[in-house]
Amino acid sequence: MVTSVDICGVHFKNPVVPASGTFGFGLEMAPVYDLNLLGGISLKGTTRDPRFGNECPRIAECPDGMINSVGLQNPGIDALLRDKLPALRSLYGGVVIANVSGFSVEEYSECCARAASAPEVDMLEVNVSCPNVHGGGLAFGTSAKAAAEVTSAARKACGGKPVFVKLSPNVTDIVEIAKACEEAGADGLTLINTVLGMRIDIRSRKPVVANRYGGFSGRAVFPIALRMVNQVSRACNIPIMGCGGVSRAEDVIEMMMAGASLVQVGAENLRNPMVCKEIVESLPLVMERLGINDINEIIGIV
Amino acid sequence: MKQGTYSISANVEIASGIFRMRLEGDTSAFLRGGQFVDIAVPGFFLRRPLAVREWDDKGFDVVYKVVGEGTAILSGLKEGERLEVLTGLGNGFDARACRSSALVVCGGLGASPAFSLVKELLRTGRKVTVILGFNRATEVVLFKEYQALGADVHLVTVDGSAGLKGFVTDAVNLLSPEYDYFYTCGPKVMMKALCGQLEGPGEVSLEERMGCGCGICYGCTCHTVSGPKRVCADGPVFKKEEVIW
Repeated sequence: MVTSVDICGVHFKNPVVPASGTFGFGLEMAPVYDLNLLGGISLKGTTRDPRFGNECPRIAECPDGMINSVGLQNPGIDALLRDKLPALRSLYGGVVIANVSGFSVEEYSECCARAASAPEVDMLEVNVSCPNVHGGGLAFGTSAKAAAEVTSAARKACGGKPVFVKLSPNVTDIVEIAKACEEAGADGLTLINTVLGMRIDIRSRKPVVANRYGGFSGRAVFPIALRMVNQVSRACNIPIMGCGGVSRAEDVIEMMMAGASLVQVGAENLRNPMVCKEIVESLPLVMERLGINDINEIIGIV
Repeated sequence: MKQGTYSISANVEIASGIFRMRLEGDTSAFLRGGQFVDIAVPGFFLRRPLAVREWDDKGFDVVYKVVGEGTAILSGLKEGERLEVLTGLGNGFDARACRSSALVVCGGLGASPAFSLVKELLRTGRKVTVILGFNRATEVVLFKEYQALGADVHLVTVDGSAGLKGFVTDAVNLLSPEYDYFYTCGPKVMMKALCGQLEGPGEVSLEERMGCGCGICYGCTCHTVSGPKRVCADGPVFKKEEVIW
C-alpha cells in the first residue's frame, strides 16, 4: 500500500501535515509522540520581527469549532533560524514547511529569502490570509493583484525551494485569487485559512475575543474547505494542500478526492493533541476498507 | 502531558454552584501542586482546563464552579461516567523556593490549586500561613480541609458573612504573617494588589482562556518581563517579578 506523496520534488511519507499555528514549532509536541510519523509539519507563522499578537482572550468555543485571534504571535525570523529549526531538525527527519507572513511585499520577500536559506527548510508556505492582523496577512490575500505581487516576490526570494501560498476563504472568488497566484509562479496552494467569525458573551454583552473578531476553524468548516479545494483544483494545475476541519482519516481521503495532494490538520490538534498520530495510523486501514492501494490514485478524482 | 480515560467516582456540590469531582485513573503525569488537567466535555469542541486540588496513586480531584455551558454539563455527570483527560499540564508551584515559612493567599477557587502546595510545604517542615478569601459565606470551600492539614488558616469574606470582613489584603495587614516566600492564586486584581503589597519573592498562578492547554496554539499568552509567555505551558505559575500586570 502506498501512502507517500511526492510534490514539487519533496517526498512526504504520508499526506498528513499539522497546519501552521496549531502545532507550534513542532518541538512542543516532541515529548508527546514521535514527530517522524508525520508527513510534514507546517510551522507557526513567522514574521520579520517578534510579535506578541493580540491581547487575550484570544480563544472562543463554537459549535464544532473554535475562534482564535492569536494574531501571529511569533519570536521573529532570527529566532526561527537560530533556535527553532536546528532544534526541530535534531529530532525530526520529515518535511519542514516554514510559514511566513508580513506587512509589506518587502517583508514577505525578506522573510522568504531568510527562511529559504535555512538548510532545515524544505518548503515555504506564504500566508496571505491571516484574518487577525490589521494591515498584514489578509490584506494581501483578498485581492488577486496583491496576492500575485506577494507570490511573485516570494518566488524570486526562495531560490529552488517550492513556494505554497496559503489562501483565505474570506473572499468573493477564491478561484480568481488562486489563478493569480498560479500565474505569478506559486508552486502550490494551501487552502483554506480560517473563516472570519465572532462570538458574543451574552451576559457581559461583549465580544468573547478581545480583538472582537477571529478566525473560525474546526470540524464545522470542513464542507466549506472541501468545496473550495475542489473549485480551485478544477481551475488550477498546481498541487493543493487541503486544510480546514479535518479530524480523521476519512476526512483526509475526502479532501484528497476533492483535489488535495496533501492534507493539513488544524484546530483538531487543539482538542486532541494526538489526532495527527491517530490519523496517520488509521489511514492505511481506511484505505484498505475503501479498496485504495495508492493514495495518489484518488487525488482530484471527484 | 499524558492522555487518558478517567472514571468519575464522585461529583458533589460543596458550595453554592461549586463542585468537587474525583476522577479515577493514571496520575503518573502529576508532579506538582498548581498543575492542571484539560477535560474533554461531551458535546463541546474545546476542553475545559481545571486546576488539580489533590491526587494520589489512584486518581485526583478538581474543584470547579459552574460558569458556563461546559461546566454545567460537567456538574450533571454521574458516578461511573467516563471522561477523556489530558493530565500533568503546566509547571505548578515551586515548594522548594520557600526556605522555612510560607504565606499562601488564595481568592475563591484559587484555594484549589494551592492545596497540594500547602500539603507539600507542611510535609517538608515549612511553617505555612494560609489566607483564604471569598465573596461570601455560601462560596467558602476547602477551609476545613486546610485546617485538617495543620496549616495556620485564616478565612476572610468581602461581606463579612464568614471569618474576617474585607479583602485578603486587609487580612494580610491585620495578621502581618511571617514568611520568606509567598504564593498566590485567585482573581487577577487580587493578585496584582497583593504583589504590590507584599515584599519579598513569591509566585502567582495566572489564568486565561485556553485553546490547546499544552503549548501548541499560543492562545493564552501573557506579558512578562522576559517577553510573551504561554500561561498553559510556560505557566500557569510565574515569579512575582516576571508578570507585567
